Amino acid sequence: MSRFFNATIQENVPVHANHNLLTLSIPEGAPAPLPGQFFMLQVSRGSDPLLKRAFSIFRTTQQGVQLLYRIRGRGTEILRTMKEGAVLEMLGPLGNCYPNPPRDKMPLILAGGIGIASVFPLIEKFAGRSIVFYGARTKDDLLMKDKAEKLSKKLFISTDDGSAGSRGTIAAVLSSFLADPHSPIPDCHIYACGPHPLLRAVSEIAERHGVTAYVSMEEHMACGIGACLGCVVKTRSGYSSVCKEGPVFKSTEIVW
Amino acid sequence: MDIAVRIGSLELKNPVMTASGTFGYGEEYAEFMDLNKLGAVVVKGLSLTPKEGNPPPRIVETASGMLNAIGLQNIGIERFIQEKIPFLRTYDTKVIVNFFGDSVAEYVAAAERLSCEEGIHGLEMNISCPNKQKGWCIFGTDPRVAAEVVSAVRKATRLPLIVKLSPNVTDIALMARVAVDAGADALSAINTLTGMAIDIRTKRPKLANRTGGLSGPAIKPVALRMIYEIFSAVKVPIIGMGGIMNADDAIEFILAGSSAVAVGTANFINPLAASEILEGITAYMKTEKIDNIAHLTGVAHET
Repeated sequence: MSRFFNATIQENVPVHANHNLLTLSIPEGAPAPLPGQFFMLQVSRGSDPLLKRAFSIFRTTQQGVQLLYRIRGRGTEILRTMKEGAVLEMLGPLGNCYPNPPRDKMPLILAGGIGIASVFPLIEKFAGRSIVFYGARTKDDLLMKDKAEKLSKKLFISTDDGSAGSRGTIAAVLSSFLADPHSPIPDCHIYACGPHPLLRAVSEIAERHGVTAYVSMEEHMACGIGACLGCVVKTRSGYSSVCKEGPVFKSTEIVW
Repeated sequence: MDIAVRIGSLELKNPVMTASGTFGYGEEYAEFMDLNKLGAVVVKGLSLTPKEGNPPPRIVETASGMLNAIGLQNIGIERFIQEKIPFLRTYDTKVIVNFFGDSVAEYVAAAERLSCEEGIHGLEMNISCPNKQKGWCIFGTDPRVAAEVVSAVRKATRLPLIVKLSPNVTDIALMARVAVDAGADALSAINTLTGMAIDIRTKRPKLANRTGGLSGPAIKPVALRMIYEIFSAVKVPIIGMGGIMNADDAIEFILAGSSAVAVGTANFINPLAASEILEGITAYMKTEKIDNIAHLTGVAHET
């Protein structure tokens, strides 16, 4: 079964201001996505917009795959208007995945904003076992908060304006959690997705505490399969493609 | 129906190839497409030593096109020979290696090294890069410099030599004549058009490199006009490219004067684009009752 196929929209519904949940049925036999992988979607039939858009895989269900997306540009504006039954060209699942933590390590899962879409499969995978740190701009931008709460051992929330959880960035919450001498889990693995400055902060905090962290990076993409070399990030071994060698990198590999 | 084409001494089983830089080293697309269907695979541009490339952001989408400033990132000729050639040799398609250098000596050394390997059937010279020895002028935009580097490479290889022309010149026909006089067996045209995009929020160029090469459907009319002019100026075969998205586009390039076509940015949108374009060309020939593809080349020039 090819990783390039047509998918049919089953549902495309708003979940909050500027965020939609898209459910797509994919052909039988399509490879099952792993946590942290992504799909590329063609939102137009013509040449404008030209390139496919990359989306994290939020969930895989019996019905198909679900993508949780923020409407923030021309591509996602077009996607928002697409109705049930519409057919989209799709490429994927692409990229590597979040590696499993060693048996004795506690997963700490951190998301900033729409980064929740990428780490959500991990929250489901480690149901009842992980501690989740979730930050967003405001209370309204916290998506799937109840689900995350139900699936995690403990959920920490922060918002930039203090409208929910603690005020400030979620990196600060992670930092005080790790700094707390009474912290029940000294031995953990961090998995994070969010804006670049947040991931840089997470990387610094992890390094300070000697904790391994995996971060999911983002860059503009054209091909999605490592051919065009457009979506690179700087790593200790030179420029690496986010689409093929990533999107998940060990935080210490990235040259921040 | 005869769809084989000749590029100098190189015979391709059909006129559809891939454009350098858009198809990796072939293996990236082997999962989606049977590479045996291609007339030739043109691999990502190589230099003697590996190149790191430009800092990100390297690409930005524009209206019906994209700008790229990859900065010629590549694994270097030695690693290509060790790691990629064995894979490509398992396919029944021609392998054309795109290469470049930052001095005449580097071009020559690269051409010599590539010429002594089994499994490389042709060379495509990228002359759209800067000459570090001569104050960073672009080889492909100065006729004297272009003549010097092409004749030097011509002496260094017996493989079919294709020169890929830069469109960022006033007179493309002149550059075509210069390349042919210096020994090119064929010409590829066009490379990307230099362009720019600016972020109105940060008020800075969107690409870290500030400028980049524009490709995609946006450049097709410019590319076609240039192929048309080159065809009138020289006798060697032309490999036409620049925004080919489907078979109709490819046929336009052939009618303008191309003997073969290369599919570039379209690979990113549809990894099967090249093989679908070939199917479309043969379907067109059937409908138009054309039994030899060569009969289509340059037909748009007939009065």
